[in-house]
Amino acid sequence: MNEAGTTLKPASRQFGDRVFRWLTLAMALAIFVLVALIGSELALGARLSMHQFGWHFLVSNDWDPVNDFYGALPFIFGTLVSSAIALVIAVPISIATAVYLTELAPQWLRQPLVIFIELLAAVPSVILGLWGIFVMVPWLHIHLFPWLRTTLGFLPFFQGTDYGPCMLAAGIIVAIMIIPIITSVAREILRSVPGLQREAAYALGATRWEVTRIAVLSYAKKGLFGAVILGLGRALGETMAVTMVIGNAPQIVASLFKPGYTLASVIANEFNEATGQLYPSALFELGLVLLGVTVVVNIFAQLLLKTFAGPAVKPQH
Amino acid sequence: MIVSNHHWRRFKNVFMQSLTFVCALLVVLPLVMVFYHLLREGFSSLNWNFFTQLPKAVGEKGGGMANAIVGTFILLIQAALLGVPVGVLGGIYLSEYGGTKLNWWIRFAADILNGVPSITWGIVVYALMVIPMHGSSALAGGVVLGMMMIPLVMRTTEEVLQLVPAGYREAAYALGIAKWKTIVKIVLRTAMKGIVTGVLLALARVAGETAPLLFTALGNLGWTHHLTEPIAAIPLQIFNYAISPYDDWHRQAWAGAFVLLMLVLAVNVGVRFLTRDRLAKPNSRTL
Repeated sequence: MNEAGTTLKPASRQFGDRVFRWLTLAMALAIFVLVALIGSELALGARLSMHQFGWHFLVSNDWDPVNDFYGALPFIFGTLVSSAIALVIAVPISIATAVYLTELAPQWLRQPLVIFIELLAAVPSVILGLWGIFVMVPWLHIHLFPWLRTTLGFLPFFQGTDYGPCMLAAGIIVAIMIIPIITSVAREILRSVPGLQREAAYALGATRWEVTRIAVLSYAKKGLFGAVILGLGRALGETMAVTMVIGNAPQIVASLFKPGYTLASVIANEFNEATGQLYPSALFELGLVLLGVTVVVNIFAQLLLKTFAGPAVKPQH
Repeated sequence: MIVSNHHWRRFKNVFMQSLTFVCALLVVLPLVMVFYHLLREGFSSLNWNFFTQLPKAVGEKGGGMANAIVGTFILLIQAALLGVPVGVLGGIYLSEYGGTKLNWWIRFAADILNGVPSITWGIVVYALMVIPMHGSSALAGGVVLGMMMIPLVMRTTEEVLQLVPAGYREAAYALGIAKWKTIVKIVLRTAMKGIVTGVLLALARVAGETAPLLFTALGNLGWTHHLTEPIAAIPLQIFNYAISPYDDWHRQAWAGAFVLLMLVLAVNVGVRFLTRDRLAKPNSRTL
């Protein structure tokens, strides 16, 4: 930062500065070590399975540990579908809440609501899963699912019987988990919209909602999109709560009332019991697929958020 | 025409405002419900034995989670030993030194690491430690949580250090104090509360992690006498009890969840009191 007067420093001081600088640099570079470790360990673990199945692994429907044959498609399907359900539920609710918090809510209510949402983000996944198994799923089974079946039963997604744990339940629990993240990032984005933007719209005689829609939301579109993608990244990797309510059956069916399985939850359930050579390797490859997808999604989200507002919005996680 | 348009706009205004309010209520609802059920099911299942006894075998009533509570703290201590020095020193580098380009990449990588699913960390440390050491261990559990803390602590430390006014540093340089001493004695001291807050929030976050511990710490129904043995943890125990078919174990799971949530929320609420001044406030969203 300040290099002036370096020549006047005694040697010992220069030594101390140098040591401290190298020490902190080494620790900062640990980040890259972690990145390399994650990538290499997963790739090494997955080597056998990659060699055996090639690209076929990604499109094969069979997950058959007994005959030592493995395909990832049901898990990729389950991960994508449960995340899609979560986004469909979470995005409108989170964005609307962020709008309410920054534009419409009375001042005295804003801070308590923000704290509440941050606390919701801090609830561990396993606790939401526990609540999901014993409270949410029975309630859905008795109240929401029959209602969906009668009103939207003409769609293939809402047909057939359910036993409680299912794809839709997983989507809902993931929605609950990503709502706080999307909301707080979206709130930060909306707060960074310049006040002048709003005043200009008010000056044209716009109502409060019109100001929000015209001056704020359309201005912040790109940043809000980044917030949503960040939420998607979380949804894809959600493990415990999903494992507890999705029913854990590797199948590809249209009905959301049927059990499914995700990449993360099959690893959680089967890794400890995976014997032999190929079985654990296939699970490693599932981990590699999951890592690849979440990293791509997260890079996309970070770039969107970083280009949206520059220094005004701090980098998100 | 103009009048009805005006009414329509007014109506839409009120309608959308109410709709966003309803959405905000919908967001709060799950937390209220989780709290309510944890209080009802969890608090009533709590008793002194829960904190002092080991888990009982299936069918035997009673027992507790003493080993899991201790286990969680042992795991957190190990995680802090790994995550805090690396994270804080790395954060210092990001804030005080470095070319902007390298720093951009470090920040970027840290942000990406924060988005890596926790289950992935679990299998990575399994390959890294459990296979070579021929078995799950408390050590592996501590390492995986510590690794997850590194990017979290690094980013929050950097953020709070950047809140320290440049004038503080310049004043120290003007007195001829070396840069590293300025950082340690002035910058760090000014931002200490914020750093502690960031560390506590990171600890609260990893304290609730289950997925990375499934294959590393593994869980243990008894006491762990050595760090190379598997160890119990509250979240693991909640998971194992929750998916079991026994009512008594379900009650234990609720009690464990209640204790874990109180622990996590106590830290989250507690740091709010620590951080009422601006210099001590890391971006809470980071966690």
